[in-house]
Amino acid sequence: MDYVFYQEYWWFLVSLLGGLLVFLLFVQGGNALIFSLGQNETERKMIVNSTGRKWEFTFTTLVTFGGAFFASFPLFYSTSFGGAYWLWMVILFSFVLQAVSYEYQSKKGNLLGKNTYRAFLVLNGIVGPFFLGCAVATFFTGADFTVSKEQLLTEAMPVISAWGNNWHGLDALANSWNMVLGWAVVFLSRTLGALYLINNIQDEGIYQKARRAVFANAVPFLFLFLAFVIRLFLTEGFAVDPDSGRVFMEPFKYWHNLLALPVVAVIFLLGVAGVLGGIVATVFRAGYKKGIWWTGAGTVLAVLGLLLLAGYNHTAYYPSTADLQSSLTLANSCSSEFTLKTMSVVSLLIPFVLAYIFYAWRCIDRKKIDAKEMNDGEHTY
Amino acid sequence: MKESIDLALIDWSRAQFALTAIYHWLFVPLTLGLAVIMGVMETLYYKSKDEFWKRTARFWMKLFGINFAIGVATGLILEFEFGTNWSNYSWFVGDIFGAPLAIEGILAFFMEATFIAVMFFGWNKVSRGFHLASTWLTGLGATISAWWILVANAWMQYPVGMEFNPDTVRNEMVDFWAVATSPVAVNKFFHTVISSWVLGAAFVIGVSAWYLWKRREQRFALESMKIAAAVGLFAAVITAWTGDQSGYHVAQHQPMKLAAMEALYEGQKGASLVAIGILNRTENGEIDPEKPLMAEIEIPNMLSVLAYRDKDSYVPGINNLLQGGFTLPDGSVALSAQEKMERGKQAIAALGAYREAKKNQDETRAAAELKILRENMPYFGYGYIREPGDLVPNVALSFYAFRVMVGLGAYLILFFGGVLFLSWRKRLTGMRWMQWVAMLTVPLAYLASQAGWVVAECGRQPWAIQDLMPVNAAISSLETSSVQTTFFIFLFLFTVLLVAEIRIMMKAIVTGPEKDVETA
Repeated sequence: MDYVFYQEYWWFLVSLLGGLLVFLLFVQGGNALIFSLGQNETERKMIVNSTGRKWEFTFTTLVTFGGAFFASFPLFYSTSFGGAYWLWMVILFSFVLQAVSYEYQSKKGNLLGKNTYRAFLVLNGIVGPFFLGCAVATFFTGADFTVSKEQLLTEAMPVISAWGNNWHGLDALANSWNMVLGWAVVFLSRTLGALYLINNIQDEGIYQKARRAVFANAVPFLFLFLAFVIRLFLTEGFAVDPDSGRVFMEPFKYWHNLLALPVVAVIFLLGVAGVLGGIVATVFRAGYKKGIWWTGAGTVLAVLGLLLLAGYNHTAYYPSTADLQSSLTLANSCSSEFTLKTMSVVSLLIPFVLAYIFYAWRCIDRKKIDAKEMNDGEHTY
Repeated sequence: MKESIDLALIDWSRAQFALTAIYHWLFVPLTLGLAVIMGVMETLYYKSKDEFWKRTARFWMKLFGINFAIGVATGLILEFEFGTNWSNYSWFVGDIFGAPLAIEGILAFFMEATFIAVMFFGWNKVSRGFHLASTWLTGLGATISAWWILVANAWMQYPVGMEFNPDTVRNEMVDFWAVATSPVAVNKFFHTVISSWVLGAAFVIGVSAWYLWKRREQRFALESMKIAAAVGLFAAVITAWTGDQSGYHVAQHQPMKLAAMEALYEGQKGASLVAIGILNRTENGEIDPEKPLMAEIEIPNMLSVLAYRDKDSYVPGINNLLQGGFTLPDGSVALSAQEKMERGKQAIAALGAYREAKKNQDETRAAAELKILRENMPYFGYGYIREPGDLVPNVALSFYAFRVMVGLGAYLILFFGGVLFLSWRKRLTGMRWMQWVAMLTVPLAYLASQAGWVVAECGRQPWAIQDLMPVNAAISSLETSSVQTTFFIFLFLFTVLLVAEIRIMMKAIVTGPEKDVETA
């Protein structure tokens, strides 16, 4: 197993975490529906408590996604976070508000009132997925940065990564394809949220409304997602010459990647099929409540496939629109072989972590949330 | 690309990191401390099946949950700030520093996130044994998390296990175990985590004292105090011991920090430790280096013992560290700050020449430049220092924070000993003044905990990584106005959330533990 193997292995893990994160955005999507699906206090409380038992997984996955990216591709961490400052800060602010809102919203003395905290949950439910979607889109559309390691030799200004404009990441909103993926992720998270609530709450009223919400959000999601994917396969991409490391534009690059990486193509297509399968089954089969599993697993696979297409097969995964040769590739942005190897040993514990998460999750979810539980004095949000 | 760094940007970036770290540290020690205490209580429930212990554990868990949420929120910002505000740092040492953060996420955060859900929502859904295990695993997750983040912090204070790679222009890890188990990291972990138990214990005793003062929940309050005082006394003694070790490490690896902590300008053999002192300022507000203290009570030879385990050893002062020329413990002669800066500049120049030679495929010259770089690498960071005075941290802050931490640490040992004794003699219920002392001790424990971090972090300035990278070379290239804006947003947001948290805590405390079903 050589250095390239470890680079690709870690890109796989980061992509997998990215896929899990987008799946877990069902928490945000569910929160965005608090007021539209919950038409009375009991219903809203059930929704908040339902997503509230999972929010820490989303939060932790976001943190681990950041930590894993830092450890395996530190140049991305420094260039993107330090450069696209405001884009990431908006995401972070929204997640900070979310983190406290569950615990505080129904407590006495919470200063801002229940509806303010719930509004924070809705805000995070829209802003979080949108900006995360925009950030991921820049893996394909590029960002306005330069990297010059020689800069470290300049004592007065030794910072190696620089952003090309003063918008510091908000400039991503000027690219319509970033917006398309951003909104696609918003509607996907709402679809996932509705599917999750169907599965997790035992309440006929919520079930019927959530089922309608699945349809209402899946349609714009599919439209936006297909538009993004079709455009992606038709447009030119950021290719890397493996010998010289030079980055150049290649027509139909991502389509070529799909053809060159059959396993990735299968992962991506299975993912899309899973997403569609869960949605179709829920919308067309009355009483069907397991759509979240299909669409959720499909989301993980589809996002995993998409991110693998961004980085594998000699592709610059974080392209620079300011200076093509500053673009980040797996090889020029990764950690040393020693660090990647060491981290790979640690990563062998991931299946064990997933196993206990699954076990604990099943224990808690064995009994679905219902109106009675909200009022029987047990711990609720 | 900007041509030079705005000095205000450095200060605002530091201020923002300090702000988020201080807020984060308001919540973390209580999480760590309460985790142990409520774990003990639930264990008593598990063994005795006495519902009283279940109610007691659940009450402290409720406060734990309120505190935990905001701790998580502030922690998220801290992790990402390494990228957003310290991007050059993230590249320069990301190969080493990123690993503990990733391991923290994989091993600790998921454990915490998973089992806290079982702890809160699993009472009637899982067995008593599984629930108890979940409570302990939540605390264990928080503690493992502390381990890795403190490994990362210790590495910044005492960088080991890495080598500079001139081709990638960064430091790279060569020995994971040296990083993960460095003596500074091990000691820092025990000092920080166990001092958090001190804070948790003081909190539990303070809240319980309020119930005694209000003459309600007496059994609950007395039993909680007994457990907390036992945990607190043990923890406070261990904290003093690890604190002494920490002082020793600082003397070995960060002598300027030690000199600042003691306001020691001129080195001494058999140096005394200032137990209590007031700094002497000149008319322009600077500390007078000729006579830095206007009044002091000293413990003779104690600083030499703390620093080098020898009552007659020489402890260099700030001026000596800047001027060099004194004999180091290994027998060599200390360089002056100016010499270190020159060697740092040589290292940077050699790096540039090495890269140029490599580009021109001139291997002979590259090898020669690499040799120069390696010889001067220990002083690499000094190449970015503008003037020797920049190497001196804020003396007043370090000096007073150290005294606050140590003074309150000593007080807390006496306090816990006193509470435990009174608890054993069953005299706490009637001692109204002691109840007030206990309540007032809660903010003092927070103050001691914060002061500890002020000593550790302000005392190491200007270094982001000791001797390798000063803060001015570690930052992100941003407009100062962007960082100012986020600073004030954080300040406002965290303050509002802190006020809300305190109010919710107060209300929960006033409501009190659940009532006994049989007596209610």
